[in-house]
Amino acid sequence: MPLKKGIKKVMVIGSGPIIIGQAAEFDYAGTQACRSLREEGLEVVLINSNPATIMTDANMADRVYIEPLTQGFVTRVIRQEKPDGLLPTLGGQVGLNLALQLAESGVLAEEGVQLLGTPLEAIKRAEDREMFKDMLQSIGEPVPESVIVSTFEEAEEFAGKIGFPLIVRPAYTLGGTGGGIAYNMDELYATVTRGLKHSIISQVLIERCVVGWKEIEYEVMRDSADNCITVCNMENIDPMGIHTGDSVVVAPSQTLSDREYHLLRSASLKIIRALGIEGGCNIQFALDPGSYQYYVIEVNPRVSRSSALASKATGYPIAKVASKIAVGLTLDEIKNAVTGKTYACFEPSLDYVVLKYPRWPFDKFARGDRTLGTQMKATGEVMAINRTFEGALLKAIRSLEIGLDSLSLPGAGEIRGEELERRLANADDERLFLVAEGLRRGMTVEHIYKITGIDRFFLDKIAGILSLEEEVRHAAKKGDLPAELLEKAKKFGFSDAHLAGLTGLDRLEIRSLRKERGILPAFKMVDTCAAEFEAQTPYYYSSYDREDEAEPTTNRKVAVLGSGPIRIGQGIEFDYCSVHSVWALREEGIEAIIVNNNPETVSTDFDTADRLYFEPLVPENVLNILDREKPEGVIVQFGGQTAINLAKPLEQAGVKILGTSVEDIDRAEDREKFDSLLIDLGIPKPPGRTAFSVDEAAVIASEIGFPVLVRPSYVLGGRAMEIVYNNDELLSYMASAVKVTPEYPVLVDKYLFGKELEVDAVSDGEEVLIPGIMEHIERAGVHSGDSTAVYPPQSLSREVKDLVVDYTVRLARALKVKGLINIQYVLHGGKVYVLEVNPRSSRTVPYLSKITGIPMINLATRAIMGRTLKEMGYEGGLYPEGKVVGVKVPVFSFAKLLQVDISLGPEMKSTGEVMGVGDDFKLALYKAMVAAGSMFPKKGTVLATIADRDKKEVLPIIRGLIDLGYKICATSGTAAALREAGLPVEQVMKVHEGSPNIVDLIRANKINLVINTLTKGKAPERDGFQIRRTAVEYGIPCLTSLDTIRVLLDVLAEDMENKETRLVPLQEYLQ
Amino acid sequence: MQALLALEDGSVFKGEAYGATGERYGEVVFNTGMTGYQEVLTDPSYCGQIVVMTYPLIGNYGIMKEDFESKKSYVRGFVVREQCTLPSNWRFSETIGSFLKKEEVIGLAGIDTRALTRHLRSYGTMRGVISTETTDERELVERARNSPYLSGQELVPAVATTEIYTYPGVGRRVVLIDFGAKLNIIRCLLDRNCEVVVVPPDTSAKKIFELYPDGIVLSNGPGDPVNVPYAIETLRELIAAGKKPMLGICLGHQILGLAMGARTYKMKFGHRGANHPVKDLETGRVYISSHNHGFSVDEESLKGLDIYVSHRNLNDGTVEGLKHKFLPVFSVQYHPEASPGPRDSEYIFDQFLEKMNGEAR
Ligand SMILES: Nc1ncnc2c1ncn2[C@@H]1O[C@H](COP(=O)(O)OP(=O)(O)O)[C@@H](O)[C@H]1O
Ligand SMILES: Nc1ncnc2c1ncn2[C@@H]1O[C@H](COP(=O)(O)OP(=O)(O)O)[C@@H](O)[C@H]1O
Ligand SMILES: [Mg+2]
Ligand SMILES: [Mg+2]
Repeated sequence: MPLKKGIKKVMVIGSGPIIIGQAAEFDYAGTQACRSLREEGLEVVLINSNPATIMTDANMADRVYIEPLTQGFVTRVIRQEKPDGLLPTLGGQVGLNLALQLAESGVLAEEGVQLLGTPLEAIKRAEDREMFKDMLQSIGEPVPESVIVSTFEEAEEFAGKIGFPLIVRPAYTLGGTGGGIAYNMDELYATVTRGLKHSIISQVLIERCVVGWKEIEYEVMRDSADNCITVCNMENIDPMGIHTGDSVVVAPSQTLSDREYHLLRSASLKIIRALGIEGGCNIQFALDPGSYQYYVIEVNPRVSRSSALASKATGYPIAKVASKIAVGLTLDEIKNAVTGKTYACFEPSLDYVVLKYPRWPFDKFARGDRTLGTQMKATGEVMAINRTFEGALLKAIRSLEIGLDSLSLPGAGEIRGEELERRLANADDERLFLVAEGLRRGMTVEHIYKITGIDRFFLDKIAGILSLEEEVRHAAKKGDLPAELLEKAKKFGFSDAHLAGLTGLDRLEIRSLRKERGILPAFKMVDTCAAEFEAQTPYYYSSYDREDEAEPTTNRKVAVLGSGPIRIGQGIEFDYCSVHSVWALREEGIEAIIVNNNPETVSTDFDTADRLYFEPLVPENVLNILDREKPEGVIVQFGGQTAINLAKPLEQAGVKILGTSVEDIDRAEDREKFDSLLIDLGIPKPPGRTAFSVDEAAVIASEIGFPVLVRPSYVLGGRAMEIVYNNDELLSYMASAVKVTPEYPVLVDKYLFGKELEVDAVSDGEEVLIPGIMEHIERAGVHSGDSTAVYPPQSLSREVKDLVVDYTVRLARALKVKGLINIQYVLHGGKVYVLEVNPRSSRTVPYLSKITGIPMINLATRAIMGRTLKEMGYEGGLYPEGKVVGVKVPVFSFAKLLQVDISLGPEMKSTGEVMGVGDDFKLALYKAMVAAGSMFPKKGTVLATIADRDKKEVLPIIRGLIDLGYKICATSGTAAALREAGLPVEQVMKVHEGSPNIVDLIRANKINLVINTLTKGKAPERDGFQIRRTAVEYGIPCLTSLDTIRVLLDVLAEDMENKETRLVPLQEYLQ
Repeated sequence: MQALLALEDGSVFKGEAYGATGERYGEVVFNTGMTGYQEVLTDPSYCGQIVVMTYPLIGNYGIMKEDFESKKSYVRGFVVREQCTLPSNWRFSETIGSFLKKEEVIGLAGIDTRALTRHLRSYGTMRGVISTETTDERELVERARNSPYLSGQELVPAVATTEIYTYPGVGRRVVLIDFGAKLNIIRCLLDRNCEVVVVPPDTSAKKIFELYPDGIVLSNGPGDPVNVPYAIETLRELIAAGKKPMLGICLGHQILGLAMGARTYKMKFGHRGANHPVKDLETGRVYISSHNHGFSVDEESLKGLDIYVSHRNLNDGTVEGLKHKFLPVFSVQYHPEASPGPRDSEYIFDQFLEKMNGEAR
C-alpha cells in the first residue's frame, strides 16, 4: 500500500524525562521514527521535554519543540504547527496517554489531525482493564480473574471463588505501596486493609496470582493489510512476580518446546488482530511450568522497553518499521535494512543467546528497599550476546559495572543459612548471585527451583559455571592450566579476570597465556537470519568459536567507547555524546567504531556507527576488539566515567588514547596531583585534605572548621557524601557510612555555603571555547545533577564571569585538554572556588549544546582529531550569551524506590532532567517545573517542618506563601518560630505525638505542599523521613531546599499560562 | 569421543560425538528453526541428510514422545553447537543424546555451526561424511567425494508405508499418498473430522479410486521428486480422471508439478526453517511458514500448462504454491501442517475441505 493520502506533516510525541520504567529506549524509538518518517519524504514535528536526547536534535526533525509534555502544551504545538497526522505509539506510556487525552478533548478532530498507526479504539481496548478483559474473553484468550474491591468482605468473597495466592494492588498509589501477595486469609486481610488505607480512592485490585509461572514476552507486529509477524520472544529467568523490567531476560526462549512456543505465538497473532493494532506491540504471558495453561498478563500497544531490547537482540528495527506501517506501508513493502535483500515481513532467526540484565540504583541508595516485585526499580539494563548461555550471562555481569566478573558476590559467604533461604525466596537485586552461593553450599537445584521458581535449566547452567570454576581452581592448585581447559573455559565464557581470580594469576598473564596458545575470540555478526542470507550490517559480538566474520577495513578509523547501562549519575546524556562523536568522525571521513552494551540506546542502533561491537566495556573485551580492528586511536571522553576509567588500562596495553592524555586525565582526577596543580595555578579550592583514619578526619575538620563535606575518595556520583555540622555527626558518619582505611581514605573539605556554577568547555589544546556558564538555583551542597540550572546566568557580576572564564581557560590549558572539560565552581563570599574538574564530557553538554546552539561534541571530536577551533569557525573565550533562557530541572523516581530518602544533598539522586525555554527566566523555570511535574498550586495548605538552622531563612518564604493565600501548618518547633515572627500558623502533631498527625494529614489529602529541611540524620524512623516519604507516595510536592521554593514563589505570583504567545522551536533559538 | 564431519569440498569440522557412533554419509543441510529440533529429527523428509541446526543450544527441553512426526528418526547425522545434557520441560522423557543413540543417529556437537552454515550458504549444500571411527581427515573427505548424491537414491520407499492403513473419522474420506508423511498432516486432517486412508507411494490410480476418496493428499517426503516416476505416472492418471480434489504438500507439490508437465530443479541450499514469508497471490496476504525443501518447481516451465503459481516466497521469489486452472487441484511447497513452526497456514487444509465439500455436492 502507498503512503496514506493527505499526510505531509507528522507530529511525534517523545516520552519526556528519564524515570524508572521509562528510560533511553524511547529516545532510540523516537529517533528511529523521525528518521524513518523523513525517509518517506514527510515533514516531522517533534515535541519532547528532555534535552538529553538525540531525537530533540535540530537535525532529527524539521521542527523540534522542547516543551512540557502536557495536554496544554502539546495542544498549543498542534495549533501552531497544524500537522496532518500524529504518531502516538513511540513516546512510551507518556506519549500514549497524551494522545488519548488529545483525542478525548477533541483537539485532534478540531485541528483535523489523524491519529497514525494503531487506532484509538485499539489503544483503548488494550489500556482499559475492563475492555481488555472482555475483548480477550471474547476471543477465548485467558486472563487472570480479578476484581476491584473497596471492602475486605468483597475481597474475602473473591478469595472464596478463586483461592490463593492472590495479588493485591492498591488503586492510585505510586510505587505500589501497600500492595503485595496474599497466600491465606490472614495475609489477605492484612494487605487489603493496608492497601485500602493507602489508596487515595480506597480501592484495591485483587487478581489471581500466578507467581512462579514462566513469564514469556512476544514482540508482535501487524500492518494495515493484516499481515502479522512476531519479531522475537523472550523468557524471563525470574518468573512471574518480578517485573519484566527487573527480571533477567533471555532471548529467544530456552525452555519452551516448539508446541509451547507456537501455542503462545498463535495466541499473540490472535490478540494483535483482535486489538487491531497497526504497528508493534508487546504481549506478556504467564505460562504454567507444568501444563499448557497460560494467561495473558498485559499488552502494551506501543513500542516499549522490551521492543528496544528485541530490536537489538534480533537486529530487527521495530520502531522504524512501526513508523512506516503507521503512514500506510505494509510489511511486505518495507525492506529488511539488515540484509538489504529480504523484506521486513519475516521472523528473525537467532543463532546466538541474548541476555538482558537490569541495573539497579541500590549502590546509591544503600538504605533503599532492595526487594523486587511487581513494581520496576531498575534504572537501566545491559545486554550481552554470545554463542553460549553461560557466556552471555557472564558478559552481562561484566557489563553491569558492579565490580564483578563472575557469580561470586563478595561477602555472600557470611550470609547465614536461613537468611540466604529468605533472600532467595523474596528476590532482591542480588538474587542470581545468591543462587550461585546456595549451589556452592550444596543446595540442590531442585530445592532452589522450589523456592525461587527459576527454571531448572538456568539453575543447571549456573551450576555448570560453578563446577567449571572448581575444575580450573583445581588445575591451578596443581600448578598448571592445560591449554584444553583454558580453551574450554574461554569457550564457556569465562573472562580473563574471572580466570585470574580462580588461578591467582594476573589478568594480563592469562591474556598472554591464551594469546600464546592462540586462544582468540572470533567476532560474529548479528544478521536477523542465522546466516541464511548475506547481511550488510556490521553489528558484531565476540565468542570463542572457529570463524571470525568481522573483516576489518583498511580505512582510517577510530573507536568511541560508550557509557554502558543507565544509572544514577551516568544517564542518557553520555549516549547523546557518544552518538554525536561517532557522527562527527563520519563527517570527517573517518570510520567510526562504537563499543557499548546498552540495548536502550541510539549508540547501539546498527546504523549509527560504521561498526557496532555489542560488548562489555571492560579492558579484555575492548582490547580484543582493538586488536582486531587496529584503529588509530580510542576516544574515551564521551562515555562518562565508564570510558574514562578504561583509558589507563588501554594505554598500558599500548593503545593510543586520543584527546586529553591519560596523564592529564589523572592529574585532574587524582586528588593530590590536582591540589598541587591548583596551587601552581593559584586557583582557590575549598580547604581540605585526605584523612586516612577517623582521628585524622576529626583533626582536619577542627582545623578547617565545620561544616565539612566528607566522602570516600574513590567514587563518582557524590555517593556516600555528606555535609556534617559537628564532631558527633562526623564520627557517626565515619562509623556508619564509610570504612576509612589507608587504602580507602576519606576526603574532608570545608563546606562552602554559596552559589554553585558549572562550566563545560571545548579546547583544541590552545584555544578554549566556553559555550556558556550555568548558574545553579540550589546552593552548593545540592549535587549539580540534582539542582536546577539556568543559562544564561541571571545573577553573576561581570567580575565573577571573568574569573570563571579565566580559571576555566587556565585549567584547560594546564591540563592540556583536547576535547571537553567540565568544571564546577562555588561562589562563596565574592570569591570563586573550584569544586571539581571532569576531564570529559558531562551531564550538561546536551542541555548547553541545545540552548547555545554550539555543537559541542562535534567540535570536541574534531578538535581531538586535530582541527583547531579557528578552522571550525569558533574562537576561544566565553561565547556571547543568547537571548533565550533555558532552565534545566532534575526529575526523580522516588515513587518507585521505597525507603529512599528524597532530601537533596551532595549525593545525586535524580534519574533524568527536563528543559524549559522562554525569553525570560521565570517563564523558562515555570515551563521546566511543569515539564518535571513539580509545579504546585497557587493556593492550598503547606506543611512546614524546618530545621533550626534554617528557621530564620524560611520566614520570608512562608510570608510569601501566605501572601499568595496559602494556609500554613507546622510542627511545634517551626510553628513557634513562625508565631514569634507574627505569622498565622496552625500547629499540628508530630508522628510520635499521636494522631491526627502530619502523616495522617498528608494521607487524608489535606496538604498541597510540603516544605521540609533536613535535620541531622536520615534514619527512616525519624519524622522528617516519614513525612518526605509519605508526601512522595501520595504524589504531593515536597521541597527540601529553600532556594527552590524562593524562586518558585516569584513564578507563582505571576500568571504564567498566558504569558507566552508563540512557542519557539529549537531551530529558532538563535535567531 | 571425537567425531568428524568431512565435506566433499575438502573442509572438515571437528567436534565431540554424542548419540550413536559409526559412520554415515549424507547431504549436509542447515535448518534455521530456533525450536522444533525433534520434529526435524523425526521428519522423514530429512532422510538421507545430515542436518545442521543454526540455533546453538539444542536439546534444552529434551525429547517428548507426543511431538514425533514419525515413528523414528531418518536423519543421517545431527550437527549442533551445543547439545543439552540437562534438559528442562514438564513433558520431556529423555535427552536428545540418548534419543539419538537409540535411533542410531550420529550426533556431532561443539561445531561452529554458523561457520558451517555460512559455508553451505556460499557453496551450496554438499555431500558429507560424519564419522566417529576415523581421525584421518583426508581419507574422510575422499569418502565424502565418493558417496552417492541425494538425487538418485531410493529414499521414499525407505520411509513410506508398505501397506494401506486407516485412521477412522466421521467426515470426508481422504486418501493420503505417503511419500514419508509427517504425522501432523494426518492430525490436521483428523482435526477436521476426516477419515484418513494412508496408502503406499506406488499405489495405482485404479486402487486409489477403489477406495472412494473425497479427496487425495500427496504427502511430503525425502529426496528428488524425479526419483519417484511411478508416483508421477499415478498422479497423471488421477488428474486425467479429473474430479477429485487434490492437495500436494512439499514433495507432493513437486510431484504434482512434474505430473502436470513442469520441471523441478535443485536449489543451492534450499529452505529449511520456520520463518519464511510466503505470499498468497490471490489475497496478497503474507504468511510466515515452515519450510523443508531442497528442490523447487521451475516457474519458467509452467508456461502453457494448466497450472499457475498461487504462492510465492517473499525472500527469493521461488514458487511456493500451484493451482490447477480448471480442477480442484492445488499444492504448496511449504508445510501448512507446521510442526515445527508457525501454524499460520492451516487455512490450506480448510480450503482443501471446502473443495471436497463442494465437489461432493
Ligand atoms: N496475576 C499476576 N500474578 C503474578 N504476578 C503478576 C501478575 N500480574 C502481573 N504480575 C507481575 O507484575 C509485573 C508487572 O505487571 P504488569 O501488568 O506487566 O505491569 P506493568 O504495566 O508495570 O508492566 C509483571 O511483569 C509480572 O511479573
Ligand atoms: N567544598 C564544598 N562546598 C560546598 N559544596 C560542595 C563542596 N564539595 C562538593 N560540593 C557539592 O557536592 C556536589 C558533588 O560534589 P562533586 O565533587 O561534584 O562530586 P561528583 O563527582 O559527584 O560530581 C557538588 O555538585 C556540590 O554541590
Ligand atoms: Mg509489563
Ligand atoms: Mg560534580
